[in-house]
Amino acid sequence: MSAAAAAASPVTAHAAPLHTISILVRNKPGVLVRVALVFARRGYNIESLVVSADVTNGEFSRMTITCSGDPQTLDQIIKQVTKLIDVVHAFDHTGQFVYETEVALVKIQCKLAERTEILQIAELYSAKVVDYGVDSLIVRIVGAAEKIDVFLSLLRNYQIVELVRSGKILMTRGLATT
Amino acid sequence: MPSSPARRPIPSPSAPSPAPAKPVPVTKAQTGAEALIRCLEREGVEYVFGLSGGAAMPIFDALVDSKIKLILVRHEQGATHMADGYARSTGKPGVVLVTSGPGATNTVTGMLTALMDSCPMIVLTGQTISPMLGKDAFQEADVTGITYPVVKHSYLVKNPNDIPRVTREAFYLATSGRPGPVLIDLPKDVTSAQCTAPFVETVEMPGYHVPGRPDPEPLKKAATLIAKSRKPVLYVGHGAVISGAGPAIIKLAEKLQAPIVNTLLGKGACPEDHPLHQGMLGMHGTAYANKAVTNCDMIMAIGARWDDRITGKLSEFCVGATKIHVDIDVAEFGKIVNPDVSIAADAKLAIEDLLPLVDKLDTGDWLKQIADWRKQFPLKYQKRGGLKAQHVLDRLDDLGGRDCILTTDVGQHQMWAAQFCLTTKNRHWLSSGGAGTMGYGFPAAIGAQFANPNKKVWCIVGDGGFQMTMAELATAALHKLPVKILIINNSYLGMVRQWQELFFENRLSGVDLEGNPDFVKLAGAYGIKGWRIKRPNEVDRVLKAAMEWNDGPCLVEAEVIKEDNVFPMIPAGAALRDMIIERPKQKMAKPEGST
Repeated sequence: MSAAAAAASPVTAHAAPLHTISILVRNKPGVLVRVALVFARRGYNIESLVVSADVTNGEFSRMTITCSGDPQTLDQIIKQVTKLIDVVHAFDHTGQFVYETEVALVKIQCKLAERTEILQIAELYSAKVVDYGVDSLIVRIVGAAEKIDVFLSLLRNYQIVELVRSGKILMTRGLATT
Repeated sequence: MPSSPARRPIPSPSAPSPAPAKPVPVTKAQTGAEALIRCLEREGVEYVFGLSGGAAMPIFDALVDSKIKLILVRHEQGATHMADGYARSTGKPGVVLVTSGPGATNTVTGMLTALMDSCPMIVLTGQTISPMLGKDAFQEADVTGITYPVVKHSYLVKNPNDIPRVTREAFYLATSGRPGPVLIDLPKDVTSAQCTAPFVETVEMPGYHVPGRPDPEPLKKAATLIAKSRKPVLYVGHGAVISGAGPAIIKLAEKLQAPIVNTLLGKGACPEDHPLHQGMLGMHGTAYANKAVTNCDMIMAIGARWDDRITGKLSEFCVGATKIHVDIDVAEFGKIVNPDVSIAADAKLAIEDLLPLVDKLDTGDWLKQIADWRKQFPLKYQKRGGLKAQHVLDRLDDLGGRDCILTTDVGQHQMWAAQFCLTTKNRHWLSSGGAGTMGYGFPAAIGAQFANPNKKVWCIVGDGGFQMTMAELATAALHKLPVKILIINNSYLGMVRQWQELFFENRLSGVDLEGNPDFVKLAGAYGIKGWRIKRPNEVDRVLKAAMEWNDGPCLVEAEVIKEDNVFPMIPAGAALRDMIIERPKQKMAKPEGST
């Protein structure tokens, strides 16, 4: 593998710091594509993206984007995103005093005998079993991304067949604008 | 450190737009297409450059009853460059109208050209009927999707009643702040249906903010830094042309006693024959301009964006010099160069507000040094050895070219024209800089001539680029436009050949334009007057005759020597001090820079 290819491998990419950006956009067709193109063109990897309507009766939407890459490029990305006509503002909340959370659903294939252990782990992490199947469980966990990571690592010994994570959402504390 | 822009309340106050002069009339029953054309009239559109087709038929039909003149082109790319030439020579937006699918995709190059060079343009594209969108209908293309990266903004109109608002927004966006192309994709059922919405005066775009007057704080800081400088340079770009900042910059230069250099697109903002002006900087700029930039202690970018053609190797660019950046686009700050002060404002307002804060600098030694460089390394070319492009362009400059609007194509002739044809008036130099679009020059000249019927327009092109859009000879001939076409014909894609000679051991690949037509005969086929220049002693006579020719277009084919190189030259990615002033004796290393 060439040095360039090694540098681009996922392992190194994850070593780059994760940034969380919130973007307030006008709810116009194509706005998601325009925002995504700004990231893609500059080689920034979007780890997660959540879009939802804002309180303002559907006129605005809020995007929360988790991404990785070098800080100098991120500064330029935020400026270029802000420059988009349908973007009202874009803020990098990395390292700021914000409330962050995420939801994950985990489907585990398991026999009845294995369930006690899984339920114990779930209880420890305040995760809830939301579906009891004959051969499976669906567990829902809510919390910081790191907590979910640890929870999932504990479940590695069981057969996780499906995993869905909502991606991080956040809000600035107090009355500061997100 | 990544910085967040200043926080704003939500939603932010909308940007009020300059209202068109006329009051809002009561809307009569009209189709979407008719409403669109009324909107264009209200925006003051004189010309629409376009090519018809099925999905755009309602719009072309509505044009029949309008006073707007439709200029039918032979290829849609030509329409975009004509609109571009119209726009750059006037500051007013150029308007393009094409059909769906291939008609629309043929405008992509023109939009990229306009976006890279901040040129106001409205591109109206027909589209298949909205129920068929996404179903691979005949001549359907996802035009908004294809064009996202080459527009300032775009619209796909789904409701005929949105047409007045969308059109007003599009014109406001195209012409305000940093200008650019705006695309409106118009499905045929939308332009055919009734539009009952009233015309719109103001736009509400809470995400769009245009800097105007500069904040006093960065101005004060800039003035403090300027006061410390003994070796200043004012680096003037296209933003200065667009805002008309030239007279203010001249005042500033004279007050400070600071030299001026301009970019390729900054030509004409300040008269290049001004005593403080050192001509163009960058890859093929004058040696003295580049030496000034290399040795300065303070550089102030005015509506310029530190392009790679300007800076060369960034890590060695203006090391130790204070950098001040004036730009209306805040995303330019820190993109390439981190300035000591950034002034987010219209260039003209920024310089006007800065003027009272600065005083004369002690630049006597500095100006003398630059004058010495100027004597030591003048722009020059070998007068012997056949017909030289530089000679033709030098003579054009002397024979009245300086008062004409000049357009160029892209390549060696463009750089020679930039060097030898001085530009002394704003909006008199039109050239594709950022995109480097071959095929730009000739249609741009047509657009500029439509916009400026009383000015002489010369189009300086190479034999390669001219052939990309020469189908518009028909357009120029039909309208009897007195555009003067000067083909610098060396039967090569000369700039690439130069690079192959210098950096690829002269292994020529894909540059020989064997098979070129006889351009004078080609002109004749369109009923266009043509001359050929083969020898230096024919230059003056032919250029004078062409200058006086007023019976429609005319064409001058200058058969210049085949192998000649543009110098000075800074190889891509090299530092400015590694400038090559004349043909190198030794083999050169391959350049590392972008292209």
